[in-house]
Amino acid sequence: MTVLPTRVDPAAPDHAEHRAAMLDKLAALDAEHAKALAGGGPKYVERHRARGKLLPRERIELLIDEDSPFLELSPLAAWGSDYPVGAALVTGIGVVEGVECVITANDPTVRGGASNPWTLRKALRANEIALDNRLPLVNLVESGGADLPSQKEIFIPGGALFRDLTRLSAAGIPTVAVVFGNSTAGGAYVPGMSDHTVLVKERAKVFLGGPPLVKMATGEEADDESLGGAEMHARTSGLADHFAVDEADALRLARRIVARLDHRKPGPGPDASAEPPKYAEEELLGIVPGDLKVPFDPREVIARIVDGSDFDEFKPLYGPSLATGWARLHGYPVGILANAQGVLFSAESQKAAQFIQLANQRNTPLLFLHNTTGYMVGKDYEQGGIIKHGAMMINAVSNSTVPHLSVLMGASYGAGHYGMCGRAYEPRFLFAWPSAKSAVMGPQQLAGVLSIVARQSAAAKGRPYDEDADAAIRAMVEQQIEAESLPAFLSGRLYDDGVIDPRDTRTVLGLCLSAIHNAPVEGARGYGVFRM
Amino acid sequence: MITNLLVANRGEIARRVFRTCRALGVATTAVHSDPDAGAPHVREADAAVRLPGAAPAETYLRGDLIVRAALDAGADAVHPGYGFLSEDAGFAQAVLDAGLVWVGPPPAAICAMGSKTAAKRLMAQAGVPVLDALAQPTEADLPLLVKAAAGGGGRGMRVVRSLAELPGEIEAAKAEAAKAFGSDEVFCERYLPTGRHVEVQLMADAHGTVWAVGDRDCSLQRRHQKVIEEAPAPGLPDAVRTALHGAAVAAARAIGYVGAGTAEFLLAEDGRFHFLEMNTRLQVEHPVTEAVTGLDLVALQLAVAEGEKLSAAPPPTNGCAIEARLYAEDPAHDHRPATGTLHRFELTVPHQEFDGRGLRLDSGVESGGTITPHYDAMLAKVIAWAPTRAAAARRLADAVARARLHGPTTNRELLVRALRHPAFLEGRLHTGFLAEHAADLTAPDDKGAARAALAAALADAAERRTPLPSGWRNLPSQPQVKRYRTSDGGESQVRYRLTRQGLQADGHPDTELVEHTPESVALRHGTIRRTYRVARYGTEVFVETSDGTTALTAVPRFADPTAQAEPGALLAPMPGTVSRVAAAVGDAVTAGQPLLFLEAMKMEHRVVAPADGTLVELLATPGRQVELGTLLAVVKPSQEV
Repeated sequence: MTVLPTRVDPAAPDHAEHRAAMLDKLAALDAEHAKALAGGGPKYVERHRARGKLLPRERIELLIDEDSPFLELSPLAAWGSDYPVGAALVTGIGVVEGVECVITANDPTVRGGASNPWTLRKALRANEIALDNRLPLVNLVESGGADLPSQKEIFIPGGALFRDLTRLSAAGIPTVAVVFGNSTAGGAYVPGMSDHTVLVKERAKVFLGGPPLVKMATGEEADDESLGGAEMHARTSGLADHFAVDEADALRLARRIVARLDHRKPGPGPDASAEPPKYAEEELLGIVPGDLKVPFDPREVIARIVDGSDFDEFKPLYGPSLATGWARLHGYPVGILANAQGVLFSAESQKAAQFIQLANQRNTPLLFLHNTTGYMVGKDYEQGGIIKHGAMMINAVSNSTVPHLSVLMGASYGAGHYGMCGRAYEPRFLFAWPSAKSAVMGPQQLAGVLSIVARQSAAAKGRPYDEDADAAIRAMVEQQIEAESLPAFLSGRLYDDGVIDPRDTRTVLGLCLSAIHNAPVEGARGYGVFRM
Repeated sequence: MITNLLVANRGEIARRVFRTCRALGVATTAVHSDPDAGAPHVREADAAVRLPGAAPAETYLRGDLIVRAALDAGADAVHPGYGFLSEDAGFAQAVLDAGLVWVGPPPAAICAMGSKTAAKRLMAQAGVPVLDALAQPTEADLPLLVKAAAGGGGRGMRVVRSLAELPGEIEAAKAEAAKAFGSDEVFCERYLPTGRHVEVQLMADAHGTVWAVGDRDCSLQRRHQKVIEEAPAPGLPDAVRTALHGAAVAAARAIGYVGAGTAEFLLAEDGRFHFLEMNTRLQVEHPVTEAVTGLDLVALQLAVAEGEKLSAAPPPTNGCAIEARLYAEDPAHDHRPATGTLHRFELTVPHQEFDGRGLRLDSGVESGGTITPHYDAMLAKVIAWAPTRAAAARRLADAVARARLHGPTTNRELLVRALRHPAFLEGRLHTGFLAEHAADLTAPDDKGAARAALAAALADAAERRTPLPSGWRNLPSQPQVKRYRTSDGGESQVRYRLTRQGLQADGHPDTELVEHTPESVALRHGTIRRTYRVARYGTEVFVETSDGTTALTAVPRFADPTAQAEPGALLAPMPGTVSRVAAAVGDAVTAGQPLLFLEAMKMEHRVVAPADGTLVELLATPGRQVELGTLLAVVKPSQEV
């Protein structure tokens, strides 16, 4: 055991200050989450209930095992867009009859559950999680189809939804569609492409063309039930494998389907004998300063999320601006890379590249804890080969095949975001703390760079530089970049899988590691050419 | 000398007699019906003989088979226990005719007391006060009690409060009596609603000695069956006690009685008493007398049967003893019998001796056994002795309350509440006690039930717990919901979440979860910490606290769509036997019309049409054994026909 020591003093004024700042951000996050939970608002929720129907989260609660945890993903999807927060879809990872599944549920209280561009992004992300982690996918369907005014952004990429379903099936990953209501036109291919289907009596409507379209196309008079009712599909077309008498019965049937998948998880579950961290999770609220310019020691975070606060550091004296080392989290071995001083120098980059290769040799998943302002710039560093060394780190992280988990604790700027396995580097899961910020660079730096460039341009043209205008533009740019680097904004664009309470980090990562172990964990044996 | 005793009975009394045999060195032979093949009394006997079938008429009432069994097994004596053939003079004679020792009174004495009307005449002649059988009851005689002459155990007994009801009740009593006792002779006497049931234990030898071995009060009754008994009868003036003992001895002498018997009296508030009947056998409640006298009445029965002499006088009584009869029945539903698996039956009893100065348990059941509808629903008798009555009541209530009893509904709660009731502790006893205080004794404890359901849900959550937090949500939208049916038919819904701040449960704002495992949940209500022990058997859940046990049934999350009963379906309200059918398929029926009758636990229950309509299905034929919830008939309401 190498138990990390702590310097955190919960009674210290700076701790209290950091904590107060974090609690403010958590309250703001709760308010945004509340929007997602509210769905289409009281009026549409009431109308839905009056029809005797369950809300999407009620359906999920009935589907998953009693008292089991449920990790909702991308709850802030569409935040900052013209569409409601949550994007009319609930997705997450839940346990059904002991089997971890990716579950999606349309929210019919939000514009009839119609898919907008963010709904599509969110659904595709859920499919990706199912495929990467070999998790059965259960879709709880009730959607009016595509949001027609935004069809240009949905129609062409949207085909991937159906492609994914059959690819999952081909990969041996079971897919289940439970249809509670409309699932028409393109939506009809959700049950159509799934391994298992359940349709709810007198509720499910699954057809390519409804009565008006049929009438227009062929002149035939037909009603909903004969075109796409559950009874018809169960008795006549054969599209319905199971005929559910009501919503609860449909969820019961879905549970029976999963129970009969005979799903075997190749990896272990969380270890019941794992020791909890030695330090209180509550203290995670007081570690990240409100001002990200002030560095903090990520070992204080590691000490509060890993088993027994037990962390064996790799090369602690070399490249000290990046802490690397080995730990376990709910019993799962992990290699951790955590920014310690913000900036990545050549030594840190080379250390990271070596560490990532070691983890791959041992088939150990990696956890990236972000608080970086990026790779060091300047004459000495450029001449010292910072590009080559940063490239080595990015090469290693790009070609590493062990599962990666990323948590944005503070800053995640520039190429540092890439080297620390940012979104484009396809970590299996990426979460942000409310304190995180991510952009090409810090807002002040970015505004300053723009100002210098403008000043140079004016000087080159021999024009006088308008300092007042410059100040105004800098302030505006700074404000815009600040807003666009905040977690809710990035989460709204599906650049993470959710913004989490720092105190939930250990639980969230435990759930993710457990989900990840449904697929083999195998390290890479080859990389791109390392530029030495 | 008796060397091998056959007990022609089952359950606790068979085990009770065997215990004495073991102490005396007498070998034991049991008999058993098919459902009792695995019963404790069978296992504990040296030998056991099967009586094929289940119904008493095929088994424990078959004197011929039992005599044959005794001869085959090498028994040289037969003890009848109580009930069944214990007061059957023909059986006693058959035992004697087979050359076996009969552990009971002479057949003639049984005969003399067999008819209550004849016994009344005999007793009146001997100078014992009796309540006259009324040939022509008048308004002044009301209320009346209609009784079967050959009856016992409350069967065929009815209270009548208006003369208009009388002819109907007599007819009904006659039908019940004919069925139960083979004789439809019934009679009427005055009913004393506030009278006490006081009885005198008799023991007589064949040499002319008759003991009055103390008295008992058995006033706490339901359906004319005793529930709580005690010795000595409290609060009797010495003169009354002496007179009762004298009358009992006179009654025994009048019929040349030998063996153990009991003279029962009805004692009015003014101290006057009347002879009710004489039971020519060992009584269920004999242990209270044993506890206060230190006698082993069964050993005395055997000694007397062997021709031994009693000493001149019985030992004096010492202290107080109270017995509670634990029945598998539901006091909240007219004491209807309950059946099923008795998963657990544990009662801490420090002493087993018959002179036990403390607690005694006489039980016929054990953990894992099954309570069938075939026989009496009494599970056990718990007897407490203490120097004072109040101390005995306290000790008994506590023992019964703390018994681990997981299985069919029982009258345990009623017993505990009765034993702790101020009127009981003040000795204000009368045969209407349980009815008078029914509200106090059976009122549901809603708060207790809600907390028990919460504990059950949390134990279940602990059982399902993984290393990750139970029921964790990053976006909580609703609580975990678990539903439990309570024994009174209600439903308790538990809505809770386990959060970083702890338990949040609807309706329990001041309750904190201290710890939980699948077997135990500790909650803090305000400042009070309480521990709930939780035992689960499939969907059956039993939650125990020091206040008692709450039985719950977990409601499945999903209804089985195939198991939903049609409206108008009539399900058996209790396990029993279809005694008669009063309608046929296709009949038009009116709401409330009896369609069939179900006999269970000595009572005939009517199953009535729920609405006007047509009887479209009838699945009952006389003699069919049905379990609780069996579909019996379907009535299609007329507006739907």
